[in-house]
Amino acid sequence: MSLERPDEREEETAVEERSADEIGELLGDNVIGREEHINAPAYVIRPDAVQETLSTLKSEAGYDHLSCVTAQEYEDRYESIYHLKKYDDPTQEVSVVVPTDRENPVSESAEPVFRTADWHEREAYDLVGIEYDDHPDLRRILLPDTWQGHPLSRDYDQNRPQVVTLREHANPLQEDYKAGGQDSDTMLLNIGPHHPATHGVLHVETVLDGEQVANIDPDIGYLHRCEEQMCQNGTYRHQIMPYPDRWDYTANMPNEWAYARAAEALADIDVPEYAQVLRTMGSELSRMTGHFLALSTFALDVYGDFSAIFMYGMRDREKAQNILEDLTGQRMMYNYFRLGGVVWDLPEPREEFFEKTRDFLEDLPQALEEYHDLISANEILQMRTVDTGVLPPEVAKEYGATGPVARGSGVDYDLRRDDPYGYYDELDWDVVTEDGCDNYSRLLVRMREVEESAKIVGQCIDLLEEWPEDDRTIQSNVPRTLKPDDDTEVYRAVENAKGELGVYIRADGTDKPARFKIRSPCFSNLQTLPEMSTGEYVPDMIASLGSLDVVLGEVDR
Amino acid sequence: MSSDNRPFITDDSKVLTDTRDARMAGQGDRFNSKLREAFGSSPFILTKFDKFMNWVRGSSMFMLQFGIACCSIEMMHTYSVKHDLDRFHAGVPRASPRQADVIIVPGTIVSKFAPRMKRVYDQMPEPKFVVGMGSCTISGGPFQEGYNVVKGAEEVIPVDIHVPGCPPRPEALVYGVAKLQERIANGESSPVTVKPYELEQFSDLDRDEVVQKLADQIDEDDLVMRYNWSDSP
Ligand code: SF4
Repeated sequence: MSLERPDEREEETAVEERSADEIGELLGDNVIGREEHINAPAYVIRPDAVQETLSTLKSEAGYDHLSCVTAQEYEDRYESIYHLKKYDDPTQEVSVVVPTDRENPVSESAEPVFRTADWHEREAYDLVGIEYDDHPDLRRILLPDTWQGHPLSRDYDQNRPQVVTLREHANPLQEDYKAGGQDSDTMLLNIGPHHPATHGVLHVETVLDGEQVANIDPDIGYLHRCEEQMCQNGTYRHQIMPYPDRWDYTANMPNEWAYARAAEALADIDVPEYAQVLRTMGSELSRMTGHFLALSTFALDVYGDFSAIFMYGMRDREKAQNILEDLTGQRMMYNYFRLGGVVWDLPEPREEFFEKTRDFLEDLPQALEEYHDLISANEILQMRTVDTGVLPPEVAKEYGATGPVARGSGVDYDLRRDDPYGYYDELDWDVVTEDGCDNYSRLLVRMREVEESAKIVGQCIDLLEEWPEDDRTIQSNVPRTLKPDDDTEVYRAVENAKGELGVYIRADGTDKPARFKIRSPCFSNLQTLPEMSTGEYVPDMIASLGSLDVVLGEVDR
Repeated sequence: MSSDNRPFITDDSKVLTDTRDARMAGQGDRFNSKLREAFGSSPFILTKFDKFMNWVRGSSMFMLQFGIACCSIEMMHTYSVKHDLDRFHAGVPRASPRQADVIIVPGTIVSKFAPRMKRVYDQMPEPKFVVGMGSCTISGGPFQEGYNVVKGAEEVIPVDIHVPGCPPRPEALVYGVAKLQERIANGESSPVTVKPYELEQFSDLDRDEVVQKLADQIDEDDLVMRYNWSDSP
């Protein structure tokens, strides 16, 4: 696949790329100012022209991917930033900045243009307190409904008492739950937040009509751990890096890269090649651990109970974790990246490490064959997953889905190739896509991605083995206290195991970020669940949820 | 058929297995445990019923399948191959709290989740035990200063064993569970006391500013949990 890709891509780019001024012209009078973010030009627009601006950008300039919505409060104003990209070429970005005044922070909602803005704006309302006109359902999303105040706004008092209800859990047996108020015989089914199939603490309110899902509403926020606040309280150099490990806690290391990439762009730090190879290798091993877990829990959801497949998955995960433990000293929370490199070199003796990793890679094809025998070639599983939970590519894009979820719908989008970082563009590997758009395709994508990751790790091992001894710099020189310039802003994303993980940082001249926003792939991916399962059977909904492979730590942050 | 009136066992020599031999002779190792050996010739022991019950309780624990955050990944590793908690009579996770007697709390508890966790805990039959896994259940861990994070599981439910770490290694969790078994066998468990954050009826709360404000949003008889963040340790 990748062999034909590059030239094809260049053609597209050549056709589409527009200069910043051309875009400014396109947007016309709606623009009231220009800013320069490190990653992209930014246009400040009138708060009542959001829909017009975004739909112009979407239909005429081809920015079809609303990656993230960042909200923040300044001394004199509120601001929402819409980070736009193109699915065909994510290196083309623009930011649309929407200021609103402090007294009356209302701006137009982007939801009619990009469906994904729904949840993003709810989050902005919840945490920062900006209100969006024309939003279909503006209520709190991460915090409980009864919460007082907006925690990321400037005058929030963290010590004020709060009252939280248990009410959301209506008893389905008490009375019939009428969906839409007609005379239907529907029933409310609460799935979660403590439920074996929800992969953590997700609460799914489903309205059932017989065995079919009539309406479904994922209720998140049961693991909202204030990750953004934590990062805003930490200093760039050392205090932030441990947190990314805890966003997507099944495949931890690629997350560190998201922060590293954003902060390195912000403070203009170089990373030595050798460290890039180490980062690439670590991240891919870690991606494998994530996919093994996704596989085994998916099988768990579909077959039920603690089954053999789960044990197989854990076996391989354990092996990869062992290697990573040798490399980093921890089994899960690696904290291996540093700004400007990694914390240490390969463990001595290096040969032993190489041998161990090679053994693992050698056993992998056989293990994968076992998986294919057990899972993907299994008729029962195929019956449950083929053609269920269908997510057409256009819908996936509308919702900003990325990662295996998008690639399972045939959307050929992978930041490792399309917006290269690290050592990926020097290596030989392919982006995996499947066209089935169903639960089965998403499963296959993950299984095949494990093979690709293995390819990458294998090449990294070879490179590391050959690397001249006097050129093994693992960190560049980074000042002890990092103070990026006042009012610089950057949004950077990497491909983690679940998709596009982005980080937005605004610096204010101190050693701590003034705003730290995390764009979580699972957050956007989970939003597609109603699309996939309305009208389907309940068990298919469970399978879809499993195939989305959400990690609640990352959804809720 | 011709075989109808044949005796059930036609050929003695083929059925005489070692097992049967051992059974008839009342010897052989198959039914002999270390424990049995320790008793010596007498098959009777004399003990207090409570003691016996406690020993049994500790030796057969049903865990609740309960995942919250990052720690639950390590908990899954503890259940599965390599670490295999089942070796310590504690490896069968139950999906329903009504069938479980131990709950491992593996992760950060936030304001929205604490009432639900309390509910799940309440649904478990007595006697029940709690293992707090990870720093988050001790103090809130790395997220201690968060606006939304409950500073430790002990604010909500009684905890018998704390396993520190972020996340604790599976070995540490196994050790924690073994310690819990030891405590149960000794008849110890942490007292069930009133916790700072309890589920109460909304009408029972003091009518302070916050409650006044919420009065039209919450029904009188709704169950609520009230967080006094400034008093949290
Ligand atoms: S203790 Fe650490 S690993 Fe465990 S849930 Fe808390 S942050 Fe995650």
